[in-house]
Amino acid sequence: MTVMTPYRSGQRPGPDGFAQSLHAEWTKFRTVRGWVIAMIAAVVVAAGIGLLGTGAGTSTCQHAGGGPQRTGAACMITFAVGPGGEAVSDSFYFVRQPLTGDATITVRVTSLTGLLPSSSPNGPPAPTRPGLEEWAKAGIIIKQGTNQGSPYAAVMVAAGHGVRMQWNYTEDASGLPGAVGAASPRWLRLTRAGDVITGYDSADGTRWTQVATVTLPGLPSTVQAGLFTASPGDNQETQNFGGGVSGGGGPTQATAVIDRVSGLAGPLTGEYVGAATGSGIGQYRQAGGQFTVTGSGDIAPIPAGHGGPADSAATLTSYLLGTFAGLIALTVVAAMFMTAEYRRNLIRVTLAASPRRGRTLAAKAVVIGAVAFVAGLVSATVAVVAGTAITHARGYYGFPVAGPTVVRVVLGTAALAAVSAVLALAIGSMVRRSATAVAIAIAAIVLPYFLAVAAVVPLGAADWLLRITPAAGFALQQPYPAYPQVTAIYSALSGYFPLAPAAGLAVLCGWTAVALAGAAWLLRRRDA
Amino acid sequence: MEATIEVSGLRKRFGSAQALDGMSFTVLPGQVTGFVGPNGAGKSTTMRIILGLDAADAGTALIGGAAYRTLRHPLSHVGALLDAAALQPSRSARNHLLWLAHSQGLGGRRADEVLALTGLASVARRKAGGYSLGMRQRLGIAAALLGDPPVIMMDEPFNGMDPEGIVWMRGFLKSLAAEGRAVLVSSHLMSELQDTADHLIVIGRGQVIADTSVAALIEAASGERVELRTPARTEAMTVLAHAGATVAATAPGRLTVCGLPAQKIVAVLTDGHVPFTEVAAHRASLEEAYMELTKDAVEFPAGGARR
Repeated sequence: MTVMTPYRSGQRPGPDGFAQSLHAEWTKFRTVRGWVIAMIAAVVVAAGIGLLGTGAGTSTCQHAGGGPQRTGAACMITFAVGPGGEAVSDSFYFVRQPLTGDATITVRVTSLTGLLPSSSPNGPPAPTRPGLEEWAKAGIIIKQGTNQGSPYAAVMVAAGHGVRMQWNYTEDASGLPGAVGAASPRWLRLTRAGDVITGYDSADGTRWTQVATVTLPGLPSTVQAGLFTASPGDNQETQNFGGGVSGGGGPTQATAVIDRVSGLAGPLTGEYVGAATGSGIGQYRQAGGQFTVTGSGDIAPIPAGHGGPADSAATLTSYLLGTFAGLIALTVVAAMFMTAEYRRNLIRVTLAASPRRGRTLAAKAVVIGAVAFVAGLVSATVAVVAGTAITHARGYYGFPVAGPTVVRVVLGTAALAAVSAVLALAIGSMVRRSATAVAIAIAAIVLPYFLAVAAVVPLGAADWLLRITPAAGFALQQPYPAYPQVTAIYSALSGYFPLAPAAGLAVLCGWTAVALAGAAWLLRRRDA
Repeated sequence: MEATIEVSGLRKRFGSAQALDGMSFTVLPGQVTGFVGPNGAGKSTTMRIILGLDAADAGTALIGGAAYRTLRHPLSHVGALLDAAALQPSRSARNHLLWLAHSQGLGGRRADEVLALTGLASVARRKAGGYSLGMRQRLGIAAALLGDPPVIMMDEPFNGMDPEGIVWMRGFLKSLAAEGRAVLVSSHLMSELQDTADHLIVIGRGQVIADTSVAALIEAASGERVELRTPARTEAMTVLAHAGATVAATAPGRLTVCGLPAQKIVAVLTDGHVPFTEVAAHRASLEEAYMELTKDAVEFPAGGARR
């Protein structure tokens, strides 16, 4: 046999590492025009659905108290804005006096009763039926002034929630539980020391417990202080199959009996702060040391969304409503980024070129995740920026949202897209067939969200779907907090999710980590 | 790195079928080694195991002494063409080579070089899905050559090629071997490897049946039969029998001689002054030799299933 010089490769390849795997997978992605087009389509569709909802159609509205039907910009509603920039309702009956410097106000509440609306055959519902809205409240309040949205702190009894201390609309702390009555009166105390206001409660007027202490920065020396009663509108609305809201409600009122008042020395003025929901609802009587204060309205944040007072306001949620459609396109591309390799045994070429299978899978995941992140970022940015601009241009009311929250929602949408894409890729790697992988990915990520948003399943079941399935990641898009102290339909359609954004992301990431681990295990174990 | 493939004691079972049953052979550099056997004999399985794509139940497959999965820049050690259809149809040929090049830390220039080498430069930007099977085979060869590897492995590269392509392929494989590379080419048709392979590994039922040079295989199959044409039949039979050969008369003026090589027969006849017009060593064709070897190893013989 002839002796040959062994052949030496003329190629001096560069480094052999993760960067080369990444480069190869990126080249693979960008050289399939269909995938690139599908990604662009995902961006356009996701942003477009939200903008279509914002830009098209005309909203119609009718005042709760009746009157002519109005359309378009005439429907524009506005809300007072609280110290944190959020929309608030600031309407209640206030028995007040100016108060200068540090002070302590103590009262005893012996009764809280009210009226709920009942529909009358001819006319809108009016508060005629005895009963209490669960968040009807009465107590002591110290407020910067009577101007709408001004800072305050208050300690109160709430009809269904015991003693509360609430301040600056969004904050709420609980004190003594139980309903107030002649047999179980509630003593309340509010002290001011500079910017610091502290609330106390007591069942007997001797043993006091602190409920909360809060700082209202920049509180002027002279504030308005006194007794108040408020009773939020009755909300009997329910979400229907398909997402619509039906049912109704109407104005309510509450009456508190308050005595043993100390710390309010000067002449008192009874005044309705904000807009009264009906004539003659706010009033007070003083007989000896006993005050009977009747009022309606609420001192609380206004939740965005359907079925509430902000129903017709444009929200970040409505701008981002197309996310689910973008995710469908995205999961198809992400799953196919893997399953296309199996369709024609291209996986063998891939794994012959990059035999470290875990690394190859990781490179694929990083590429599709990064592509999806950018798609999500572009789509959400366009939707929010253009949506806001259209809302303003059309003269509609854009529900206020804090800047950092907008950034979190936009980045969160990008993260939702990225992690969902990686999950779809991992599913594709495990099942190796395009149709099956896409079906599973959509069923896991988009379907639970869709069932919840369209109210195909009841609200409670929808909440569970949004807690335990990968769709929990949609929580990243929640722009407005849900307030336990305000009764509303906190549904996915309105942009409310049962988990906090970080927790929702964690659930989605958990599913993805499990799927990716399974994919890596199977990829290493199976013959290619 | 030594340009060799060493396969030792490979066993692989797919369900109830024993695909490989102790497969062992070595592929040496500088020659084209034909890897032949009937369909289902285990050629593709062996190649997938060599490339680390399938895991063997037992045994080892080494490239220059190392397992494939441990190689860095594997495409600069082994270039393989397993399946010319393993392409994303919507990706252009150049982009197919480009991602492969990037996976090895190579650039687009190398992709252009192998495209030129395989005659695909003019159609490189077309979608690979529109390629004929012959063009796809060329693209697969371009991919195999990307890392300029010392070991080349191809599974049925002649499939679907037109006669012109087959001629090109044969020359190409020979030139690769002539550069000192180890070239392993599988086929289920021995005729495709005639005039191409220097060495043959014949397999059947997951085992090696013969591991031999092409010349030795033909010689073994031919026996030492020589056809002799002579007008002096009796004299020829006498002198040849005397020299130790077995002689049989097959036709008027024709003899078949066994037991003596052709040169010796010529010498004996010349010495005995016996006239003859033709002495021809009988040569079995490669196909005959192959059929002889594999007749017991055909998995699905024509004329009825065996299992």
